[in-house]
Parts: sequence; C-alpha cells; structure tokens
Amino acid sequence: MIHREAGVFKTTYAADMALFPLPIARKAIGGIIVLLLAAPLLLGEYGLSQLNLICIAVVGALGLNILVGYTGQISIGHGAFMSVGAYTAANLAVRLGLPFWITLPAGGLMAALIGAAVGIPSLRIKGLYLAITTLAAQLIIEWTINHVPFVSGGAQASIPVPKPSLFGFRFETQRELYFPLLAAAAVATVATLNLVRSRFGRAFVAIRDQDIAAEITGIDIFRYKLLAFAISSFYAGVTGVLYTYYLGIANYEQFQIDVSIDYLAMIIIGGLGSVLGSILGAAFVTLLPILIRVVMQDVGGFLMSENTLASTIPNLRLTVFGLAIILFLIVEPEGLNRLWRNFRNYFRFWPFSY
Amino acid sequence: MNKNILWQSVVLAAGLFAAAPAQAQTKEIVFGMQCDRTGPTEIVGSNACPGVHDYIDLINSKGGVDGYHIKLIDIDNQYKVPPAVEAFQSEKQAGAITMAVYGTPMIMAVAQQCQDSKITCTSPGFGIAASADGKLYPYVFPLAAGYWSQAAGAIDYAKKQLGGSLKGKKIAYMFYDNPAGREPLPVLHDLQTIEGFELTEFAVPPPGLDVNSQALDIAQRNRPDFVLIHLFGRSPSLALKALKGNGYPLRKVIGFVWASAEPDIEAAGGYAAVNGYNTIQFAGVGNDYPVSKEIIAMYAKEGKPPPKEMQASVYYNRGIAWAALHVQAIHNAIVAKGGAAPTGEDVKHGFEQIHDFTLGGIVAPVKLTAADHEGGGFVQVWQVEGGKLVRKTDWFRAYPEVVQKHVAAAAANK
Repeated sequence: MIHREAGVFKTTYAADMALFPLPIARKAIGGIIVLLLAAPLLLGEYGLSQLNLICIAVVGALGLNILVGYTGQISIGHGAFMSVGAYTAANLAVRLGLPFWITLPAGGLMAALIGAAVGIPSLRIKGLYLAITTLAAQLIIEWTINHVPFVSGGAQASIPVPKPSLFGFRFETQRELYFPLLAAAAVATVATLNLVRSRFGRAFVAIRDQDIAAEITGIDIFRYKLLAFAISSFYAGVTGVLYTYYLGIANYEQFQIDVSIDYLAMIIIGGLGSVLGSILGAAFVTLLPILIRVVMQDVGGFLMSENTLASTIPNLRLTVFGLAIILFLIVEPEGLNRLWRNFRNYFRFWPFSY
Repeated sequence: MNKNILWQSVVLAAGLFAAAPAQAQTKEIVFGMQCDRTGPTEIVGSNACPGVHDYIDLINSKGGVDGYHIKLIDIDNQYKVPPAVEAFQSEKQAGAITMAVYGTPMIMAVAQQCQDSKITCTSPGFGIAASADGKLYPYVFPLAAGYWSQAAGAIDYAKKQLGGSLKGKKIAYMFYDNPAGREPLPVLHDLQTIEGFELTEFAVPPPGLDVNSQALDIAQRNRPDFVLIHLFGRSPSLALKALKGNGYPLRKVIGFVWASAEPDIEAAGGYAAVNGYNTIQFAGVGNDYPVSKEIIAMYAKEGKPPPKEMQASVYYNRGIAWAALHVQAIHNAIVAKGGAAPTGEDVKHGFEQIHDFTLGGIVAPVKLTAADHEGGGFVQVWQVEGGKLVRKTDWFRAYPEVVQKHVAAAAANK
C-alpha cells in the first residue's frame, strides 16, 4: 500500500509484528474496508454480483498462490480440488441437512485431504513432471465424480443445495450473499498474510528457492510440501463450496480443467508469491472481459451492424484479452503486484525522483 | 524507467474505468440471450444465435410484438459458468424479462436466480432434465424435446425401421461420457425391459475424439441392428466416419439432436459419404419455411444476400424456433395484460399458454402448461438422402409415460 516510512519508530514487539506497521498503510486499508462495507449502498445488484464473483475468485487465487507462488509447486488440479469441496458440501447439506457453516470447513478439509494425497508425487518430482501428475489428478477426480453416483448424486452429476442460512437469516439475493462472501475473502486474505510470514510461510519460501538447501537447514520437506498442498487445496475446497452455495447447485462441469488454467492465469497476471497480486489478478481476470465487451459494444455500434457486432465481439474479446495479458506481462513480468509497487515507488519520491 | 512508469499508470487507470449500461426505454421489451460463439460448442452458437437475431429483426421490422419493440441483448458466455452469471446479471440489470440461456452448466448455474428474479429462462434441447416439471422449476423452460424424449423417439424410430418389433434385437448406444451423454441411460434401460431388445453401451471419453475402438467394436464384433449416437462437437462426424470405415451401414444409425447438423455431415465427409444417416430434430430443417423466406426477403430488401448461417439450417432454424417461442410468450403476456407492459411473471404465464404454434412447421407442435415445460417432447427424424436432409417422419412423441416417470422421479429427488 502507500507507504511513508520515515519517522516511524517501533517501541514494542507487538508494533513490530503488526500486519501493517505503517500508519498510512493502516489508513489506506481502513479506507478500503470502509468502501467494501459500504459497497451495498454504492453499487447496484449487478455491481455486487461482480464483487461476489471476485470475492470467490480471490479465495481460490490466494490458495493457488500459496502453492505455486510461495512453495514453488505447480498445480493444474485446482479446479478438481474445488469440485471435491463442492460435492462434499453438497452431499453433507442434502443428505445430512448440515448448515453451511459446517459444510464450508468440511468441504475445505476434504479437499485438503485429497490435495495432500495428490501432493505426494511432489516429494520426488518437480516442475513440468509435477504439473503432469496434478493434471492427472484433475482428470481422475473429474472421472470419479462423473462415474460414482454416491458422490455425484445421479446421472446428471449435479446436486442442488438449499440457500445458506445463519441464525435463521437466509442469504438469497446478491446483496445478502455479499457479506458472507466478503467475509470469506477477508478471512482468507488475513490468514494468507499471516501464514506467509509465519514459520510455515518461511519454510515454503525456502523450499521454493532451493529445496535441498532448505532440507539441509532443517526444514522437513516431506511435511511442508504436503502441508502446502493441503493448505492450498483447503482454500480451493472452500472456493468450491462458496461457488456451490452462490449458484445453488454443485455441478462438476463448473470445475473442469479450464478453471484450473483460469486460476493459474489469475496468479501469474497478479504476481506469483504475493497476496495483493492474487487479489488484483482475481479482479483483473473477472473484470477485463466485461470491460472489453462494454467498450466494444459502445464503440462497435458505429462501425458495423448489430448482427455482425454480436458475432464479432466474442471473438475479438478473446483476442483482446489475450493481447492484454501479453502486454501486461511484457511490461511487467512479475505481474500487477509489481506494477503497483513500481507505481508506488515512483510517487514515493515524486517529484524528486533522482 | 520514468516514462515506463507513467504509461504503466495510464494502463492501470484505464482498467479502473467502466461504462454504465444503457437503460431500457418504454414500449420496449428486453430479451436477454447467452450464446457460445467462442467455446467448445461454438459451431452451435455461431449458427443458432444469428437465427435468433434475424427472427427478432424480422419481428421488429414488422412493427414489433403488439407495438412493443424487442431489444435483444446477446452476451457470449464462452460455455463457462462465471461469464454466464455475469451475463445473467448484466441482462437483468438492462431490464430483461425473459432469457435464452445456452449451455447445460450455465442454465444450471442461473436456474435458481431465474426463479428468484422471476425471469423466464429457456434451454431447448439441453439443460436440467427435471426442469420439464414446471412445478419444480417454475421459471425454467426446456421448450423442446430433452434427451429422454430424444432417446424414446430414437427407439421408436428404430422399432419402425426394424419391422415393428424390437424383441431379440440388438441396439448399441454410443454416447459422450459426461452427464449429458449418460442422461438417457435410465430411459433406455426401461425401454429395454418394455421392448425386449438387448442394449449395449459404448462410452466415448471426453473430448470425444477417440471413437475408433468403439466403432470397430460396434461394426465388427457387436453387430447391432441399430445404433444410437449421442455425441457432441467434433465427435459425431468422427463417429460417422469410423462406423462407415468399419463397414457399418449408416442407414441403421440415428443421431441425437447435437449430432445431427449440416456441419457434422460435412465434417464426416459430405452428404454422399454419410448417405442414409438418420438424425433427430426438434426444429424444422432447410430454408423452405415461410419464415425463412421472409428473412431472405428482409435481407434482399437491404440489398444483402441471405445470411451464410442459413447453410447450417439445423442450428439456424433452432435459433428461429427458440426466438419465436419467446416472442409468442411475450405476445401472450401482452394480450393477457390488455396491452400493458408485461413482467417476467406474465411471460411465464405466456409461455404456459403456448400450443399449436408451429410457424409453418419450423417449430414443433409443443403444448406448454404450468406443469409441463417441455411441451410434449416432439421430434422429427430427417435422413441424409441424395445430398440433403429429407424429412422421414412428421412430429411425433414416443413413450411419453416412460419419460414422464423419469421426470417425476427426478422431481422427487430434488
């Protein structure tokens, strides 16, 4: 965030360990929190539905970033871990009638369990080879959900779930769903911020940078690699559960391989190994296609007939989206997070840059 | 570095800007549509959606529906769920009271919101099987024969082709191994008991490009009396090629609705190569219908040739039928309100009054009621014959009691 670090002295350990040690950062975060809390007053239902989708994506992107960005273990199986969470929650909610505050962590835990199992090959292999094993996991999990009626709930492999409720209050509209989803995204963000500066987070980074060196310094590779997979999959599972309740249905086609790729795109565009990057990436990937469509609809109307426009926009949108990603990554390969840091650092000394 | 940073901030600022969507005017009805022109089933979307556009243009050029101009909003969902949710919200914000939603996972994702927002959402030929039950899904309308009705229709056709009885006959079912592909299985199993045929299942794993071993198995070892193929995308054409290549007569093959369009036939090697192949249709085929001629005339008046999408008349006509049913529902709603602007709830009742609306034969003679949102499950069989698709049967429905049994079972399960 916007830092003015001169003249800030820390006199207690608590102050030194604060999440945001600088007053200006605290004020900026406070302002953002106020804005987010006031969003239902400022935005219509459409705007809120976009924020809701972003909140869900933020949880998943953070989880994937813990694994890929911080621990350096690639996963193309996160879509499948989401479906594990989704189907666990849907089955618990429908068969046992459990409320969402039980099914939410339960879905996460089940995904963590499966994720840790999928992480076992990471103890022996790295990089592209690991990517292939997680890809295999994606396909195995998809196949299993597809073919085991006990999990999928029948030939259609989709389970409708009741709307979530808490203390007798049912979350139904976009407006009502906003706060639970925002809370989930906020908890995920704070948890990740704290995780990455804890013993675990440092161990993850050590493994990412040089796993043999990490092992020599006494980090239990076996434990921490599996833990990274488990924590990351827990986030993915929670994302799946949130999706299920948001849409009112668990369906495995919502969590296919392109979802895994989309989330990888989010963290690569946002910035690997960065919490803010995960959030920016999630928002970027969700909003950019919409922005492109809106702009093209407004501009394109002057250039061609409505019918041609309708068939041109979707294809142009994909092209522009791809070009925008290439452009961003050429300008700043380290993602939006780095872009923001450069921007901030520039204005830190402005107008006395040199 | 300096300049770099400055223009980086310009890019960042551009990302923060968003345009406000236009508001609906009076005497205008907003009709939202979701298409897939860029996803895995783009062959359907890029041909069916222009059909919707052209039909709505035609209606508007004739003064709209009872004086109301129809504004069509078309958003591409790429066959992905988050864009579909976004599209739904965006169209809802623009004031849409009725929506055509393309894609099974997409209609599943928005079905609950359709009901909560009282917006009628339609999903012809795909979607939630149980949504044929209007009491269960009051705002979702499958409108056309679902996979269960298609399976029943295919078996009925096979029975007629094989001399009126299936006792002791062998039927092979070659399907895409996903929920949509497996959906007809329970109905086929029931029909197997009723008709006494032997059913063999041949699953084609996604993405459906590896069909050779199944085709070889069917043509050389199993040698069934009839083959049902229920495949999507590139898969149907490959299956046809493989079956023919292994020496199985395509006269004894019938394709479900997403394996039955001109692009599939062309991809399989052209009309001559797949001569005899039977297809199930839920909308008319070809460009000889009065409405098709009106659209061609509309284009001619502007000095343009007919739209190229008309070449794929199977999909294009489904688009026309899809749009026409929406327009008819809107018309019913306006009439019921005595000319006042209808709401989503009125359009729902409008849909439920649709019967004997065939638009010169391009639309199936559906009869929608508050309880039946599928409209009877009517299909036609068209056969590839002499370089074109030829109609073999009139609209018919088969084994409605079996289909109904499964709709009821799905309803009880919800």
